[in-house]
Amino acid sequence: MEEKIQLQTRDLVKKYGDDTILNGIDLKVRKGEVVVLLGPSGCGKSTLLRCLNGLETVDSGEVLLDGEPITAHGKNMSQMRQKIGMVFQSYDLFPHKTILGNVILAPVKVQHRSRQDAEAEAEVLLRRVGLWEKRGAWPRQLSGGQKQRVAIARALMMHPEVMLFDEVTAALDPEMVREVLDVMIELAGQGMTMVIVTHEMQFARAVADRILFLDQGRFVEEASPEQFFTQPKSQRAKAFLKTFTFDRCATTENSVVI
Amino acid sequence: MDFSFVQNYLPMYAQAALLTVRIGCFGILAAVLVGIICSMILYFKIPVLQAVATVYIELSRNTPLLVQLFFLYFGLPKIGVRISAEGCAVIGLAFLGGSYMTEAFRSGLESIDRIQTESAGSLGMNAGQTMRYVIFPQALAISVPALVANVIFLIKETSVVSAIALADLMYVAKDLIGLYYQTKEALIMLVAFYLILLLPVSVIGTLVERRLRYAGFGA
Amino acid sequence: MQDSGLSILFMGSNFLRLLQGLWVTLQLSLISVAVSLPLGIAFGMFMTLKHPAARIISRLILDFVRIMPQLVLLFILYFGVAHAFGWNLSAYASAVAMLVIWGTAEMGDLVRGALISIPRHQYESAAALGMTGRQTFLEVILPQTVQRLLPPAINLVTRMIKTTSIVVLIGIVEVLKTGQQIIDANRLQFPSAALWIYGVIFFLYFLVCWPVSLLAKRLERRMN
Repeated sequence: MEEKIQLQTRDLVKKYGDDTILNGIDLKVRKGEVVVLLGPSGCGKSTLLRCLNGLETVDSGEVLLDGEPITAHGKNMSQMRQKIGMVFQSYDLFPHKTILGNVILAPVKVQHRSRQDAEAEAEVLLRRVGLWEKRGAWPRQLSGGQKQRVAIARALMMHPEVMLFDEVTAALDPEMVREVLDVMIELAGQGMTMVIVTHEMQFARAVADRILFLDQGRFVEEASPEQFFTQPKSQRAKAFLKTFTFDRCATTENSVVI
Repeated sequence: MDFSFVQNYLPMYAQAALLTVRIGCFGILAAVLVGIICSMILYFKIPVLQAVATVYIELSRNTPLLVQLFFLYFGLPKIGVRISAEGCAVIGLAFLGGSYMTEAFRSGLESIDRIQTESAGSLGMNAGQTMRYVIFPQALAISVPALVANVIFLIKETSVVSAIALADLMYVAKDLIGLYYQTKEALIMLVAFYLILLLPVSVIGTLVERRLRYAGFGA
Repeated sequence: MQDSGLSILFMGSNFLRLLQGLWVTLQLSLISVAVSLPLGIAFGMFMTLKHPAARIISRLILDFVRIMPQLVLLFILYFGVAHAFGWNLSAYASAVAMLVIWGTAEMGDLVRGALISIPRHQYESAAALGMTGRQTFLEVILPQTVQRLLPPAINLVTRMIKTTSIVVLIGIVEVLKTGQQIIDANRLQFPSAALWIYGVIFFLYFLVCWPVSLLAKRLERRMN
């Protein structure tokens, strides 16, 4: 493809003590691409996402945004982070701010935009996630799904070039998962560059341009969603996908093996 | 009960109470300032200063105010450091209260989830902005009960300043007992004035605490 | 250099006298702690009774004692009781009485707080296992209460030791008063005595209270 590489890692290594969490990750995300990271728990996919945003320091290798290295604790950290939006698994809204307050805090204080300007944009974004009516409410008064939609709107306020989603539906009640995923699918449709970690396989298949399968800190397989879910090449990916199908068999057929 | 006595000496008590309030206000303000500074030093784990703050906190928490005041008021002039009695009282109160305020802020700061720092960071806030707009406001709300308790504690502690010749409520009461043997009236007025000073703080503290505990943000 | 320095401490029996004064301070504290801790436990349990009169009365006493400066309580006992009832309490007895009353109130509040902090389901699951009220209290509630109570109770000990310092203001000869006497006696020979003597007393208090604080902190940490 000719499109430009927006986010890239080069030989990324991350260790916790003696454990190597990420072992030489080379990732390239093109502009407007939606990449979904899959893998068994503990494979390092969340850690990779956190490294992309400089929340974790890396032991070696580098992360590049538009060809420029992101270095943790560097001077340009804050600037870089404004270009990368992130939504976390646990509800990370600021409990001491209203919904509107949450959304406009960083634009006003970090980007020094006028309150008026920020509120005008907040209206557009909150309407888009269907929560403009809740602008005066406090985070604790919202459901988990609503909070996550606000968190997405809050990240979008900074006009990020890339959005990172770290298992954003993992802590939600099943009936609220849909409303959050719909927002993300809409966002993907608008051409946002996204890197997503998720356990929702159907969603991954629907939203991804490309699936990257991680195991033991390495990329094991890279494929289109169609190919990955129907004809995985590696043994480990097959085993991983089987854990999901087995669940289904066990519950539908209700067969107990002696 | 000798009401004419009460009437005669009421202004003296009022003036003494004013002194207590003045020392209390300045002392507590300074203590809050010391507390904020020390809790920030500990929170950001600033080298060297962290050790200094820890030593200060241990010294302050494990010695009585009266001894601190004696050292400030009688001891320091011997090496040429002369501070007025009222200045000593304020400094003493700040020295004592600073460690208590640090503890109040510190426990508030520690109770804020890490994810708050991370999400502020992912919005492009630097450490200072994160502290100022995200962490500190939440920590402050959590610290309120402890802060109120400290305010009451420090106002109570001002009662020893009569020992360095400040004409506070205790001083006036002791004076009147010694001079006129009007013990009952002197003590009742003493108690009444401390209640006037302390009860409102206590009541407001209870109300604020209840509101924060049962409602939090968004009641 | 004959004036400055700690030399005054080693003149005659000065340092020994200071230590004797410190012993008076500690004696006062220890007696008061020994009496007020058990009394406070009883008072704290009394406050959790459902009886409305018991609750209101104990609440009023507790609030009054806890909101008044300890020096005011001391004055009431030392000057007021003698005046009102004609009992002439000695300074020492007044001091012990004040520390015991205040210590009991503070301890009572800690005990009450620890008791009501045990979640309701602990009582319920003990009952569901067929335990009697007595068994529930002794086997389930008490051990948890003691664990929660220990660090703040030990902190109360340091607070009582520090509070003992104010008894100098009704003329008890303890460590501060002894210090004053030494300073006064050596006024001409050692003009800077006040600095050193009060500095030493400051550290004596620190040396006594610090280990106790550390113990409380360690217990607290172990609990978490």
